[in-house]
Amino acid sequence: MKSWIPKLTFWRAVFLLVMAAGAYATFLRFYYGLGAATNLSDQFPWGLWIGFDVLCGVGLAAGGFTLAATVHVFNIEKYKPIVRPAILTAFLGYLLVVVALLYDLGRPYRIWHPIIMWNPRSVMFEVGWCVTLYTTVLALEFSPMLLERFGMYKTLRLLQRMMVPIVIAGVILSTLHQSSLGTLYLIVPTKLHPLWYSPLLPLLFFVSAVAVGLAMTIFESWHSSKAFGRKLETPLLMGLGRTLAVALLFYCSLRIWDLARRGSLGYLRHSSMETVLFTLEMCLMILPMLLLFRERVRRNPAALYGCAVLAIFGFVANRLNVSLAGMEAGSGVRYIPKWTEIAITLAIIAAGFAVFRFAAQYLAVFKEEEDTASLDWRQAESHAVMASRGD
Amino acid sequence: MPNAILYDSTLCVGCRQCEEACAKKWGNPYDEKIAQEEKLSAHKLTTIQTFGERYSRRLCMHCVDPTCASVCPVGALQKTALGPVVYDEDRCMGCRYCMAACPFQAPSYEWNSRLPRVKKCNMCEERQRRGQPTACAEACPTGATITGEREELIAEARKRIAAKPGEYYPKIYGLKEVGGTSVFYLSAVPFEQIGLKTNLPQEPLPQLTWNVLSHVPDIVTMGSVLLGGIYWLRHRKEEVEEVEGPYRPFGFPKERER
Repeated sequence: MKSWIPKLTFWRAVFLLVMAAGAYATFLRFYYGLGAATNLSDQFPWGLWIGFDVLCGVGLAAGGFTLAATVHVFNIEKYKPIVRPAILTAFLGYLLVVVALLYDLGRPYRIWHPIIMWNPRSVMFEVGWCVTLYTTVLALEFSPMLLERFGMYKTLRLLQRMMVPIVIAGVILSTLHQSSLGTLYLIVPTKLHPLWYSPLLPLLFFVSAVAVGLAMTIFESWHSSKAFGRKLETPLLMGLGRTLAVALLFYCSLRIWDLARRGSLGYLRHSSMETVLFTLEMCLMILPMLLLFRERVRRNPAALYGCAVLAIFGFVANRLNVSLAGMEAGSGVRYIPKWTEIAITLAIIAAGFAVFRFAAQYLAVFKEEEDTASLDWRQAESHAVMASRGD
Repeated sequence: MPNAILYDSTLCVGCRQCEEACAKKWGNPYDEKIAQEEKLSAHKLTTIQTFGERYSRRLCMHCVDPTCASVCPVGALQKTALGPVVYDEDRCMGCRYCMAACPFQAPSYEWNSRLPRVKKCNMCEERQRRGQPTACAEACPTGATITGEREELIAEARKRIAAKPGEYYPKIYGLKEVGGTSVFYLSAVPFEQIGLKTNLPQEPLPQLTWNVLSHVPDIVTMGSVLLGGIYWLRHRKEEVEEVEGPYRPFGFPKERER
């Protein structure tokens, strides 16, 4: 008889441990309040949950709109096989960002307030609306995978008729949202260190999000090819790698030009924590860029994957520097996250990996041979006709 | 006419009567130990700070164009016509952007509460509506803290500096900082020596984000047109090719046309 209890592997044990710690931390957070569960203070009101879970989570989901635009708007069909995993990642990413916000908000049950209580002067108001609308758009972009699974071809056909405006709305909402996370920090000119504060923050956040979206797509293609024994789409990933190199070149040039223009490069002569962290952040961006410009590196899947990971780390370093390290000197206090903050963050990441794996296993996320990818409604129509005939 | 507070640190003797009156008004605990905490918190909405032999006071500055009110996504913070910046706890969802954004680090949070609120001085808005001075001004035995109409207090501050030029640092703090506040400071020494931030810009901070936010409608309309156009062009090319064969901009047509 087949056992109903799954075999306990190393990674499953880690997963269970992380989830158990997260559950206990969740109890502490909601029973005793933010003071007991975090190292936040009046001087340092935003910590790891905003800096990592929200800022990085939204950025790492950028592959969704980058690829949706490439394939569905620019009609570059060869990238079609990797649109679905990118959209799934983005959808999960945004759901997890909402979960993290529920932990961070003092009164999470009022998360819907910005929908009816307006303040259009507030960047946070724009952020709230972007999260709401774009999560809806992602749900719609993701739903064909579910509808196909359950054979609901009529709804699928209806949805795919509307898919072009949905994709375009998604690209615009993402552009606004990625940049508005940078705009959030325009209001703290005296608190954020000059190595990170810049009037160009919205643009820098957007460009780096596009780059990390490409890196995330390489990252997840590599992992899912390992997990499901799929063939890696090497020529596609090489193309992504080259685009990533160009995006990183543009980002790094913009960043350094901006620092020079504002006369902030001089801060690098001081030996401070900020200088070290800035150097680390820039190296993590420049190194994969230089490597990815070599064809030999792009041709080697492991090296390509390594470069993507470096760029992702560089992106995360940038967001943490803006939201945490860069804010310390200006606020006058030190902030080191409490174990509960880290436990909840890890649990959210673990949940993300688990749901992705589950979805990839049961839904047509990686579909190569039979091509019913989102915009191909002719095929969906024939399915619908067959379904209505009762075939 | 908007009201304001004038705090003259040369008159302050550090008796902390203002702290006690403030705690009483809000129903906050107050004892010897709390008196020694020289920082703002959810149970201490104003505090005296000691700098050697000098004293200073800390409280919400009630900016003319408040950063907190501009960043609040649900409009829980509002500048009233009377002068105070007030907080509506029924709207607040606890994102704490006001705390991150405030250039004076004035708002505090009830970190240990299960349903926390933002706490900050409201310049005794409810008393001012009845025409009474703030609790702190009423309690002050030396006249170091006084309330009144904003313009009149500025005139009073200028008069004090002019009358005793040797005793005052010749500036009023709060006149130009982040576009002006409704709490003014007079001091015998430069303001940074009594713990005030002197690196603040003279323009209101909300303008910094509005410069970007005001372009959102443009991005939406131009983005839709641009992306819609690209979509149409890229797919039109495909349709044409389906009928006429591959597009060759500079080449001659091949055998079919010959």
